[in-house]
Amino acid sequence: MAGYTALTDEDLAIMLETIGVGSIEELFDGIPAGVRLGRPIDLPPGETEQAVYDELRRLASRNVCTEDEITFLGAGMYDHYVPSIIDMVMSRSEFLTPYTPYQPEVSQGGLQVMFEYQTAISELTGLPVSNASVYEGPSAVGAAAYMAKLANKRPRVLVSRGVHPHSRATLDTLAVGYGTDVVEIGLDDGLTDLDALREALSDDVSAVILQQPNFLGAIEDVRALTDAAHEHGALVICAADPLTLGVLEAPGNQGADLVVGEGQSLGNRLDFGGPSFGFFAATEKYIRSMPGRIAGETTDADGRRGFVLTLQTREQHIRREKATSNICTSQALNALGGVVYLSWLGRRGIVEIGELMAQRTHYARETLAALDGVEKLHDRPVVREFALRLDAPVDAVLERCAAEGVNAGFALGREYDEFGDGLLVAITEQRSRADIDRLAEVLGAAVAAERSTSSARVAAHATSSEGLSLR
Amino acid sequence: MTEGRNDSFTSQSRQQRERATTIFEKGAPGRRAFRAPDLDVPRVDGLIPEASRRAEGPRLPEASEPEIVRHYVNVSKRNFDLDSGFYPLGSCTMKHNPRLHERVAALPGHARLHPLQNPRRAQGALELMFKLQEALAEIAGLPHVSLQPSAGSHGELAGVLLTRAYHADRGEERTKVLTPDSAHGTNPATVTMAGYEVVKVALDEAGGVDVEDLRAKADSSVACLMLTNPSTLGIFDPNIEEIASIVHGVGATLYYDGANLNAVMGYTRPGDMGFDIVHFNLHKTFTQPHGGGGPGAGPIAVSDRIEPFLPRPQVVARAPAENGGPPTPPTYDLDDDRPKSIGKLRGFQGNYGVFVRTYAYIRSLGAEGLKDVSEVSVLNANYLLARLREKVGDRLPLAFGERCMHEFVLSGAPMKKELGIRTLDLAKRLLDHGFHPPTVYFPLVVDEALLVEPTETETRETLDEFADAIAAIIAEAEGDPQIARNAPYTTPVRRLDEAGAAKRPRVREVLPD
Repeated sequence: MAGYTALTDEDLAIMLETIGVGSIEELFDGIPAGVRLGRPIDLPPGETEQAVYDELRRLASRNVCTEDEITFLGAGMYDHYVPSIIDMVMSRSEFLTPYTPYQPEVSQGGLQVMFEYQTAISELTGLPVSNASVYEGPSAVGAAAYMAKLANKRPRVLVSRGVHPHSRATLDTLAVGYGTDVVEIGLDDGLTDLDALREALSDDVSAVILQQPNFLGAIEDVRALTDAAHEHGALVICAADPLTLGVLEAPGNQGADLVVGEGQSLGNRLDFGGPSFGFFAATEKYIRSMPGRIAGETTDADGRRGFVLTLQTREQHIRREKATSNICTSQALNALGGVVYLSWLGRRGIVEIGELMAQRTHYARETLAALDGVEKLHDRPVVREFALRLDAPVDAVLERCAAEGVNAGFALGREYDEFGDGLLVAITEQRSRADIDRLAEVLGAAVAAERSTSSARVAAHATSSEGLSLR
Repeated sequence: MTEGRNDSFTSQSRQQRERATTIFEKGAPGRRAFRAPDLDVPRVDGLIPEASRRAEGPRLPEASEPEIVRHYVNVSKRNFDLDSGFYPLGSCTMKHNPRLHERVAALPGHARLHPLQNPRRAQGALELMFKLQEALAEIAGLPHVSLQPSAGSHGELAGVLLTRAYHADRGEERTKVLTPDSAHGTNPATVTMAGYEVVKVALDEAGGVDVEDLRAKADSSVACLMLTNPSTLGIFDPNIEEIASIVHGVGATLYYDGANLNAVMGYTRPGDMGFDIVHFNLHKTFTQPHGGGGPGAGPIAVSDRIEPFLPRPQVVARAPAENGGPPTPPTYDLDDDRPKSIGKLRGFQGNYGVFVRTYAYIRSLGAEGLKDVSEVSVLNANYLLARLREKVGDRLPLAFGERCMHEFVLSGAPMKKELGIRTLDLAKRLLDHGFHPPTVYFPLVVDEALLVEPTETETRETLDEFADAIAAIIAEAEGDPQIARNAPYTTPVRRLDEAGAAKRPRVREVLPD
């Protein structure tokens, strides 16, 4: 067994004698007989380090990862390049192994990183106050709606159908607890339906929740939606993709009160969905209502600049049942990765990467929409992701593409009944023109093959299948 | 240690002399690390509508890669960390973080796997998750596991929402959740978020749940009792069977905060004690590095009656077709079709990278190794307690009982009264001795509390050194309490003005335009 304990026989003898017991078992005498396990834990015996490595490597090899195929899968997490300095910084013991900085004198490194991270998030979102991270994107949306509820006590939130389905699902789950009604606002040709929003708004609405760009990749008119919400005194919560905020206007500059979201696109690995981090930024007004840790600048007894966790009277360990959130452990190490990434990308880089994604996304969208049996699902401006309609069963097309080593994207029908023919395609700086051309070739062939298969099927069933039509 | 603490310039360390500067103060306009790939498609203007186009890019740093590396390496050195020294932070289980786990989690097949990859092409990940679910179920003594929650507090929220769904399904509306006075702050905060009223249960003289108080408060309006066992006082509640029977007697659920699971593996399981819902802290018991405040993961295990309500999706194994053909391995899948589910608690399937580390840990240790963890953690705690009682027992008495499980609470009240130094001062002075202090001022039920959890991965020598350091600080304070009151002296900064920071919050760097 590969344990990490250090006990020798001599240690054991000395320690038992010091304690004044005859055996280790005696230390467990307080556990009543009625609740004892009374048998060994039913798990396989421990293995050597090398054997465990081999097993984990074998499991890894049974996954098709983004190094094994050309992937256009996004839908909330994206295959961006993670620079090598991130691995190096995040694996340093000094960042990897401490706890939450409860003793600031020996935690200045972590606290300063939080302060830098908060600064970067404020810059990206256009809002003056950021916390030090929350779990991830969708739960950040749920946490934001809770904060809105605490702030204005109103009973209802309106959420755009363009918000990530996982965010909407998480919101539904959490809102049951804090007693908020969730009402969905539909989409109109790819964008949040402004008229429907206006109709649903009233002075009972606590918050309006949007996403920029939305789940279908479209760039929302955040200003117009925000103005409508503010007419009724509702807060605006905008979930955003932070890596697009070099080229897209910061939602905070367009009136959003809270900007939250998934931080994975900032230098974090895909990791099959986590750990990454969620960000959470707000206007000054809400600084004392925010969930989570916040680092603040101060001075020490000798006047040196230093950092502490601040405004802790919001938090569960002080305020208990009156806390603004129950969050404790969040995602400090991943947020560190985020700020190192933003430093590496830099002031120019964040614009350049946004431009590059927008240009390649446009190229990909036009190239794919020109294929037979493929059209745009909407014609709205996009920046890094776009939606198509296929005149062929999407799952079957995806399988054909996968067989050619191309992951063509996300089948929208998995989350949207109305888009059963929809395909969501994501572009990153890692997908070159050659990759896009390869996708066009493979996707075009897959759609054609499926159409001819289903045409044959339709012909065979023509007499008995009323109403079955191919667009 | 105390010589040279008067603030003559030359006596200060380099870190103390240099003003802390952020990455935003480094670099120079035009510097960069990132090089964008060439634009390889025809450029098209006006792709982003004017109204949505950002006019002024965010003011991110402009620095070269070497500058960034040097900055973060130097910043990192202003942290104390577990790899550098003893970190007996009670209730946090600061045990060694095996580096094997970092290596396997970084394998591209794990690290670069997209969460929406077709399950047929993510069989390794789903197999790992399924097997981890089974292992955690066995460790909990409860048959069903959801890996989804992202941290302990997230698992608690899942647990209370499950409780709500369970009662609602039976047509019952209950309004209260009971927590003992010694509970983690996350418990009452969670209860409020889940829409229940918190009702506190008193402790008895031995530090356990006051059974009579519980009996008086338990009625049909109570949805749940949230309990940590052993408690945050390091005491295994001897009345656990009676507690469970009272709670179940009124139809409520019993929730186990798994923060202290490190103490009992191989001896008892939450399921054996009668709990319905358990959360694990994979960043405590199962070695996920704490990362300076996360990431963690807070999977939950539940009994049969709670299972229908578990979050979606669940990882399931589909049995191979039994058609008499050659045997095939099961296929693993994500099951989203769960009509009674409370829904999703977050995006995707949870903190998979943490699951990889936990799985590696459980495979390394096996059943025997996990029991060894609990035995040595309890042995270490009792040994350190014995050493401290022998050296400073009159100044820092044990708050409850005679012995402890994996952690123990000392009270600094006599020290404060007799020597004039508070628990905070002792903690700060420990920093000068190269130790991270224990948790201070928690649990709240003990005056001037000091909660000490050494964990199983520390050597006897380290425990002795720590006991010696505490004794030295107490002895020093007998002579001159001022030394501790002004500590620390050797850290990158000295005591910080926290009140000032809260009064005039400065939560971001001031940037030039």
